[in-house]
Amino acid sequence: MTGQPDTAVPDPTIPDHFKAPHPATGTTRVLPGFKITLGVTIFFLSTIVIIPLAALIARPWEHGLEGFLFVLTDERVIHALALSFFTALAAAVVNVFAGLAVAWALTRYSFPGRRLLDALIDLPFALPTAVAGIALSSLYAANGWVGSLLEPHGIKIAYTPVGIFLALTFIGLPFVVRSVQPVLAEFEAEVEEAAETLGASVVQTAFRVILPALMPSLVTGFSLALARGVGEYGSVIFIAGNMPYVSEIAPLLIVIKLQEYDYAGAASVGVIMLGISLLILLALNIVQRMFANLGSAK
Amino acid sequence: MSLIIKNVNKTFTNFPALKDVTFEARSGEFIALLGPSGSGKTTLLRLLAGLDTPNAGEISFEGENYLKLNPRDRRVGMVFQSYALFRHMTVAQNIAFGLNVRPAKERPSKAEIKSTVERLLKLIQMDDLGKRYPSQLSGGQRQRVALARALAINPRILLLDEPFGALDALVRKDLRRWLKRIHHETGVTTIFVTHDQEEALDLADRVVVLKGGKVEQIGTPLEIHSQPSSAFVFDFLGSANKANGHIKDGIAHFDGFSAPVAGAANDGDYTLRFRPYEAHLSRTGAGIPVTVTAVLPAGSNLRLELKGTDGALFETQHSHGSEAQGFSVGDTLRLKPERVYAYA
Amino acid sequence: MTAKAARAPKTLGAYALLAFALLWLGLIILLPLINVLVTAFSQGLPPYLAALHTEDAKAAILLTLLVAAIAVPLNAIFGICAAWCITRFEFKGKSLLLSILDLPFSISPVISGLVWILLFGAQGWFGFLLRDHDIKIVFALPGLVLATVLVTLPFIARELIPLMEDQGTDEEVAARTLGARGWDIFFRVTLPNIKWALLYGVLLCTARAMGEFGAVSVVSGHIRGLTDTLPLYIEITYNQYDTIGAFAAASILAGLAIVTLVLKSLLEWRFAGELAASRRH
Repeated sequence: MTGQPDTAVPDPTIPDHFKAPHPATGTTRVLPGFKITLGVTIFFLSTIVIIPLAALIARPWEHGLEGFLFVLTDERVIHALALSFFTALAAAVVNVFAGLAVAWALTRYSFPGRRLLDALIDLPFALPTAVAGIALSSLYAANGWVGSLLEPHGIKIAYTPVGIFLALTFIGLPFVVRSVQPVLAEFEAEVEEAAETLGASVVQTAFRVILPALMPSLVTGFSLALARGVGEYGSVIFIAGNMPYVSEIAPLLIVIKLQEYDYAGAASVGVIMLGISLLILLALNIVQRMFANLGSAK
Repeated sequence: MSLIIKNVNKTFTNFPALKDVTFEARSGEFIALLGPSGSGKTTLLRLLAGLDTPNAGEISFEGENYLKLNPRDRRVGMVFQSYALFRHMTVAQNIAFGLNVRPAKERPSKAEIKSTVERLLKLIQMDDLGKRYPSQLSGGQRQRVALARALAINPRILLLDEPFGALDALVRKDLRRWLKRIHHETGVTTIFVTHDQEEALDLADRVVVLKGGKVEQIGTPLEIHSQPSSAFVFDFLGSANKANGHIKDGIAHFDGFSAPVAGAANDGDYTLRFRPYEAHLSRTGAGIPVTVTAVLPAGSNLRLELKGTDGALFETQHSHGSEAQGFSVGDTLRLKPERVYAYA
Repeated sequence: MTAKAARAPKTLGAYALLAFALLWLGLIILLPLINVLVTAFSQGLPPYLAALHTEDAKAAILLTLLVAAIAVPLNAIFGICAAWCITRFEFKGKSLLLSILDLPFSISPVISGLVWILLFGAQGWFGFLLRDHDIKIVFALPGLVLATVLVTLPFIARELIPLMEDQGTDEEVAARTLGARGWDIFFRVTLPNIKWALLYGVLLCTARAMGEFGAVSVVSGHIRGLTDTLPLYIEITYNQYDTIGAFAAASILAGLAIVTLVLKSLLEWRFAGELAASRRH
């Protein structure tokens, strides 16, 4: 700068996202109802979430650590967990690409029926999983609309891991689309135009300017789809075939162990699944923080 | 002439944004497009950048038809009002972007790009901040990065859209001086959009005043300032006092006194305009009878607010040492314009 | 700060992308929905109506409505209380509270059912107590309700919290300084400001409550005509190769999903500013 100081330099001791506390929410409580609402909240969270989860976490150890490890090292359990995780992973990866394409088409192009399709994106959220399950199963069974087309070519989808992958793709799509869509819709036109005037082609603008800005939301959508997929039950069991060691998912194993009155075994599988979900969300959190530190979050 | 804009028209769904705009810019000239919001100045800038296409008219640069070129082939350096920096890129990466996206055979080597970035960082006086992200910069710094990014592609024309609009007054003034220097050093033809007349007169070689999509006046800052071509330009450039009078043989006649008219005007009745600093106040003698309603400081001047007997409001400016210092609220005075402007 | 407006595709690449998106949505999302409706009516209207007129089907529909009628108001009360204390006051442990609130989103539905068996099942923590007093929780209505409440717990709170955070406390504090009492503040100031978001949350919560399968399936015990909700009824009939019965029941839930989507879109379209829905997912 020439001479005069730049008055707009932000105070380095105040982080960018700092928001001064609202005077009314400061030290004195102006508004009534704090104790009663906090009481109700804590009562619900305790009875509905905390105590039940405590029962889950406490249960696997009734035969000691060995009992837990026995379940954990059971090949059938490992197989089911791996199946749930990897099919969910594959579906989430596919959904990142498909979801991005769908979100792009819905926000960038005007075409008849756009609103309707936009509303339909949420169908997997709104459609009960059992309904989705029997629909997908009957579509892709050997005598179904799609299955009968594929059967002559020796392609089997229903009652194989491919069917599971397909169901999880259905379930996961809205997570990615709904994460990316608002970011894409609010992406400043001037930034794209700047890239254009600087000589970037459409493809260069998409990959170098827009995609990096979408990264945090893509990661969010991916993680949510993955976490949901690992625990998904209703839409999967009808199409999975549920063959031990082949197409038996982890949540189903819990149901089977419960039917055998093996509470500790069921809880063990449950605890591991809970751990996987929390790890995925923790990883998401860490990655998001990395993005924020890059200066791209603001 | 390097940049020629001829009979350009642009209509947005039934709303004409530009009507028959024509002007030319010499190579290296600094042109300000001045006008209120809605006057079409940003639209014109976007046409020059190729971000919109005109409905009719010609735009050419050094004999080349610009309308046939893509925005990315025009090599215009555009600085957006919102800066439009790439937030996931560092300052250096932002500046290098335009070079990095060139096709492989036209792209400078890595070392060349690096030295260009360093040179530009030095030019914008941010040598040490190349590794920062836009979110870590102040508004003024972001503005300078946006300019460096535009300069990096070695633009044929530099387009600036209200570049200082979002900054506070002190930073604005500082950047203005700095921009003048940059223009001097690079010598690139520059078109600059602003609604701030002071900024336009201060920076530009020539000013194009726009109103409702039409060119109202083109001229040097001095011409625009001393010979506003219309009532609109006169009012837009600063405060205007208005009084009714009659012109005969180039002299304006008021009730009991007269004043010279700037420029030529036909005989007849007019609403005559005069500047606050081109008026004389006295306790006695001829003039419009007024009462002082406020005495205020205005920088190096003293500003007086006055009220005529018919309720009309006036404003005058005087240097601190003048006799106006002796006036106070409630005084009854005579206001006599030194020079008036007449517009039909 | 405006975004690029949507416009008709122009280039070949744009058409290709649009075509892919439409094809994908058609295959992945639309086809299953169409399949449900077509299969349900594949033998005409009479068999469809007959399938829904069985005692078991009617019992399942009634039970589904009953469970939702209990679970949704409970969640609405919780959601309002949680949103009020979280957005209107500062206190220690708030972020922990928020993390716990989100937990049901990250739990497999099966686990959401399993935990109630571990608490109230025959070998559960409180199993002996219930047996002594002859109280049934799992394999009965209370278990279905508890599992449903757990699965849908964050729905309404998560809708209200960002909105109330955004709106701030100015209006309520103003009402307070004007002498309004707690209930007056809530009913006259807060509720009018959040009513659409509350409705939105209730809508999503209801849809999920009626459609929940995994959690309910674990605690139900599948006693036909007694503890089978509509989604469970679908499973049983489907596994018994009663295709029309299963798809007829499924068509009701699919219809419910469509109604939900329509209402949701209407709310988003009409009251976008009062929903803070853009922050949701």
